[in-house]
Amino acid sequence: MALTREQLAQRVAQEFQDGYYINLGIGIPTLAANYIPEGVEVMLQSENGLLGMGPFPREDEVDPDLINAGKQTVTMARGAALFSSADSFAMIRGGHVDLTVLGAFEVDCQGNIASYMIPGKLIKGMGGAMDLVAGADNIIVTMTHASKHGESKLLRECTLPLTGRGCIKRVLTDLALVDIEDGRFILRERAPGVSVEEIARLTAGELVIPEVVPEMTFR
Amino acid sequence: MSGFDKVVGSYEEAMAGLEDNMTVIAGGFGLCGIPENLIKEIRRRGTRGLTMVSNNCGTDKYGLGILLVDKQIRKMVASYVGENALFEAQMMSGELEVELTPQGTLAEKMRAGGAGIPAFYTATGYGTPVGEGKEVREFNGRHYILEEAIQGDFSIAKAWKADRFGNLVFRKTARNFNPMAVTAGRIAVVEVEEIVEVGALDPDEIHLPGIYVNRLIQGTFEKNIEQRTVRSA
Repeated sequence: MALTREQLAQRVAQEFQDGYYINLGIGIPTLAANYIPEGVEVMLQSENGLLGMGPFPREDEVDPDLINAGKQTVTMARGAALFSSADSFAMIRGGHVDLTVLGAFEVDCQGNIASYMIPGKLIKGMGGAMDLVAGADNIIVTMTHASKHGESKLLRECTLPLTGRGCIKRVLTDLALVDIEDGRFILRERAPGVSVEEIARLTAGELVIPEVVPEMTFR
Repeated sequence: MSGFDKVVGSYEEAMAGLEDNMTVIAGGFGLCGIPENLIKEIRRRGTRGLTMVSNNCGTDKYGLGILLVDKQIRKMVASYVGENALFEAQMMSGELEVELTPQGTLAEKMRAGGAGIPAFYTATGYGTPVGEGKEVREFNGRHYILEEAIQGDFSIAKAWKADRFGNLVFRKTARNFNPMAVTAGRIAVVEVEEIVEVGALDPDEIHLPGIYVNRLIQGTFEKNIEQRTVRSA
């Protein structure tokens, strides 16, 4: 079975390490904040100028001056700090953020990512995504493995305009956890009940299949 | 107005001198920390052919989005322009030119513009449509593109508090692009929720010194929320 959104978020959160500063993109990455493993303390960075993002506010805590990068009302965690957009991107570009998680339309086995534009169809802009993929060393892309028509999104070469070049090393899809090394995808884990054959069939770029590909585990 | 006192008496006075085809840099992120009354004043003046530089272009009803109604914006420099049907329509028809700029690059372009730095190298956008036609240079084995600073004829910004000298204090994430926007405008206009007497602010708590501010006005704010998200109990 393909992973649900919640399971994707849960699997992402398994990558969180104690003491990590983390930037979570809009959508599934944001959901990962609900599954921070026990005993692990992380600090969430919101690129509009907040380090130490807390949960959504209660009705009486809503403050229009306190939002996240998805423009949702939020709260601040204990030990939070506030700063300008220039300072925020100094953190990001300076490589101070330990982990970045974001969505994409396509990735390819050269580590390229396309996530911000579908020419003629969707032209909303890249927001902070180009800065994040250029500035971070440790990035996880979350996406569906294939379109609903069965077209692979793990390609030999991205077809859409790129968000970043050669910057992606790890992709978590609803079917598999895949690393990118030396111009190839390496299958690391598969979703429970999903066969290696199915993953291979839906991966357009070159895929290396190790002898053992464990199923993902969830608590 | 005398000496270092930056306070002006009306919004009309605050935006005096704004002419057609000027470049205006605006603070704000989404609808958070936007200079909403200064934007309304631009709407009232009917200034046209503007190049607006801001992270977003508001929504259909609020923020910079209201300048689209009478097609006052000729060109928009922004990182994200979703959530606005009018914007999309004018962009698709070619009436509105759009220069999509990565968010961190946009912040740095404003910062550089205010700090007298004409251009800077960044890895952001290398090998993407953003990098097309821009100078590439390699430092320590990595590729960087040359991005030019932005300066405006005007900048408009919103802060929380100010003293009459224009020393500014921002509040929470309403700070965002506002400090850099202020520095990058030839005429920097700031509206605030409260103006206090000089000396009432602790010099250590001032986020942006008044040297960057030309005109200051106190206003009342709607503070609309784009995505009101709450948890139960």
